[in-house]
Amino acid sequence: MRTRAHIVVSLMAAVTALVIAGCGGASDSVDGDDNTASGSGDGGRLSLVAYAVPKVGFDKVVPLFQKTPEGQGVTISQSYGASGDQSRKVENGLETDIVNFSLEPDITRLVKAGLVDEDWKDDKFNGIVSSSVVTLVVRKGNPKNIRDWDDVVKPGVKIINPNPFSSGSAKWNILAPYALKSDGGKNVDDGIDFVTKLIGNLEGQPKSGREATELFLQGAGDVLLSYENEALFAQRNGEPIEYVTPPTTFLIENPLAIVNKSKNPEKVQAFKDFLYSAEGQRAWGEAGFRPVDPEVAAEFDEFPPPEKLYTIADFGGWDKVNAELFDPDNGTIAKIYDQATS
Amino acid sequence: MVLDRKATLSLRALALGYLIILLLIPLLLIFFRTFEDGVAAFWAQVTTPASIAAIQLSLTIVAIAVPLNVIFGIVTALALARGRFPGRGIVQAIVDLPFAVSPVIVGVSLILLWGTGGWLGGLAGLGIQVIFSLPGMVLATIFVTLPFVVREVEPVLHEIGDEQEQAAATLGASRMQTFWRITLPAIRWGLVYGVVLTVARALGEFGALIVVSGAVSGESQTLTLLVHSRYIDDHNVFGAYAASTVLMAFAIVTLLLMTTLNRRRELE
Amino acid sequence: MSLVTHLPGAGVRKRGRRPTAVGGVGPLGLGVAMLWLSLIVLLPLAAVTTRAFDNGLIGFWDAINAPAARSALILTTVISVIVALINVVAGTLIAWVLVRDEFPGKRFFNALIDLPFALPTIVASIVLLTLYGPRSPINLELNATRPALIIALLFVTLPFVVRSVQPVLIEVDREAEQAAASLGASNRTIFRRIVLPALGPALLGGAGLAFARAIGEFGSIVLIGGGIPYETEVASQYILKQIEVDRPVNAAAVSVALLAISFIVLLILRTAAARSRRHETGS
Repeated sequence: MRTRAHIVVSLMAAVTALVIAGCGGASDSVDGDDNTASGSGDGGRLSLVAYAVPKVGFDKVVPLFQKTPEGQGVTISQSYGASGDQSRKVENGLETDIVNFSLEPDITRLVKAGLVDEDWKDDKFNGIVSSSVVTLVVRKGNPKNIRDWDDVVKPGVKIINPNPFSSGSAKWNILAPYALKSDGGKNVDDGIDFVTKLIGNLEGQPKSGREATELFLQGAGDVLLSYENEALFAQRNGEPIEYVTPPTTFLIENPLAIVNKSKNPEKVQAFKDFLYSAEGQRAWGEAGFRPVDPEVAAEFDEFPPPEKLYTIADFGGWDKVNAELFDPDNGTIAKIYDQATS
Repeated sequence: MVLDRKATLSLRALALGYLIILLLIPLLLIFFRTFEDGVAAFWAQVTTPASIAAIQLSLTIVAIAVPLNVIFGIVTALALARGRFPGRGIVQAIVDLPFAVSPVIVGVSLILLWGTGGWLGGLAGLGIQVIFSLPGMVLATIFVTLPFVVREVEPVLHEIGDEQEQAAATLGASRMQTFWRITLPAIRWGLVYGVVLTVARALGEFGALIVVSGAVSGESQTLTLLVHSRYIDDHNVFGAYAASTVLMAFAIVTLLLMTTLNRRRELE
Repeated sequence: MSLVTHLPGAGVRKRGRRPTAVGGVGPLGLGVAMLWLSLIVLLPLAAVTTRAFDNGLIGFWDAINAPAARSALILTTVISVIVALINVVAGTLIAWVLVRDEFPGKRFFNALIDLPFALPTIVASIVLLTLYGPRSPINLELNATRPALIIALLFVTLPFVVRSVQPVLIEVDREAEQAAASLGASNRTIFRRIVLPALGPALLGGAGLAFARAIGEFGSIVLIGGGIPYETEVASQYILKQIEVDRPVNAAAVSVALLAISFIVLLILRTAAARSRRHETGS
């Protein structure tokens, strides 16, 4: 009898021991599905929390950084998800060293929480690490003949756009036609009318730009509102899609900031500097993002300038736009969205 | 009921057809997709640093959740089986509760309790980060696996009765001695069965974890979260298949253990 | 297998023999057990319930009556009922074949039934997506449709009815069946009058479990369901979305509504099972 009891106990002990033995290495190994060349961890570890789509970019940039003297042996663990959701997680205690979100308000939230310094924008690119433009992704051959914003709201065209309350991409995507139809914010009513029509044609509202692409690739919807880089990414993967950048569109600017509670401030600064360097910017360009460094951007010819490109500055910056249009309680677009979808 | 041969055969065909279409074909297909490019491609996906870290994290959570569930599960089962106290029925219902609660609700309720602004959210100020950190994932796992050990051990306790325990006590054995020498050996197979179920469920938990995890690869990404992240964030379908196959291998081991243990228990 | 028989409503539990503390855990042990259950299960659920009423009863009602929330709750409930009903038929059939029929490979199929218990739900999602998703080998692209939800839920709920019916079927009085047959009763009559009444409580119990599982399911649906509001978005997806868009009170309210639906259905089925059991022994 006694020995049998021991079997159970020793079985449990064995499992525990096995796992504890296994844990030793956990902290040293970090992602990189594609950058397995990453260091052994002796150069320190950084953690990055980012919005959903720039993984393609970081997959290129991180290994390059690890080849520099500063980046030698630094491991970078990464988390990707809907911009607003990721920002909320960091605000609520997810520990990290550096954040990269789709749009500024998600960083502003961390400034308010005391996690990011007030002066985070004071650098040579104003806190923006990468940019892109809003594009229309359609099925191969463009069966619904979608060329411009007016085609998107035609009856019977089903639109996929992520949820603007969690996704940054969704807000950029809505701002583009709003900018066009309101003539840069002059005729607010016309802009809102158009956005109302657009929201009426929405089919899905996944939480992030990445999940929106996935839903579209799985066959839902006729047109996907998306980042240009996301369209390029899907196209390079051989997906049966093509994309149209409408003549008038919007400049997407993705900010990056260092978290002031970082335990490894030198390395994280070195990483940020590398992301801003010509080499880092070139890597972003190769991943399909428009480099923010104009000299590097000039090296690429797959990023034709649209006829008219609005920027958030044209509308007085994100603080103003967010309060007027996207505030969950009072924003004009937020209200329309809530009425149509909740 | 005596069925003729034709009826028997058609019922058999219907039942097995349902099982084959619903379960077997999709499973075989994913095995095929995983290994169609050879074992090396599969192995490369399974041994990336992120994947190894995810496997280790999954095992770590199991290593914490299972012993806790075993200890408290046995105590609860003993209290329920041997004790007579007011509100026993309510305790029974509480033990079963996790079976009826959606995993997402488990995650949400943990956030509302332990997260910022929750009743116990103040812990974060003391440097104890629960949500979006390992403790939160462990709490979620314990929640969803809580009933298994109790529900496997309690009926065995009823079955064996307490005559032997009483005899041991009359002979002067202490409570601990009685437990180790009499009770534990008697409930061992039920306990092991409960542990197998707990481990399987803990390794496979997804809905509750996606709510409370930071999903940082290499840090707070379990194997199930890795599958999801590879499919959605990386558009790495093959990698998702490969990680799923690892989880499936765990599931099949679980099945084998369940079948063997059941046969064993029936023999006794 | 014993997993199912000990789930709520599935079996009759034996009672402790006599009040005694010997071999038990005493008041201290009871206290520890209660503390554990409270900390792990009760406190979080209490938190979610309180939070649901943060904006008062009206706020709670508004949250669950918002069009998308209502649609998700109704869709989830209706689909779960359908899934439970299909399970009653298919589960009985499978249990019957596994108990009364003999064929090579029976053991294998019997073990296969438990697979959905052992298989992580996210894997179930991927598995089904390989077959019914884009580039489907059988040219059946069902992802982001309601049939896909039903298939996913049938996959994960398969064991419940089978495993609760199986043990009862083994014990069904076959002599009564034979007697009835010798008196000229048709198979249909025998099944309706003898087998089905005996299976009643187990069927209700199994269906209740399948329903409870289906109504809260998330992992197996997340990839194949699409989560399109008003179309395929189920309650658990809606709840998670509310957390992601930082509206925790709405998430809590819909959670409470979902739990309430689940408990009410389980309670009804449990009462029905008890009644049918009484009826069975009384007649």
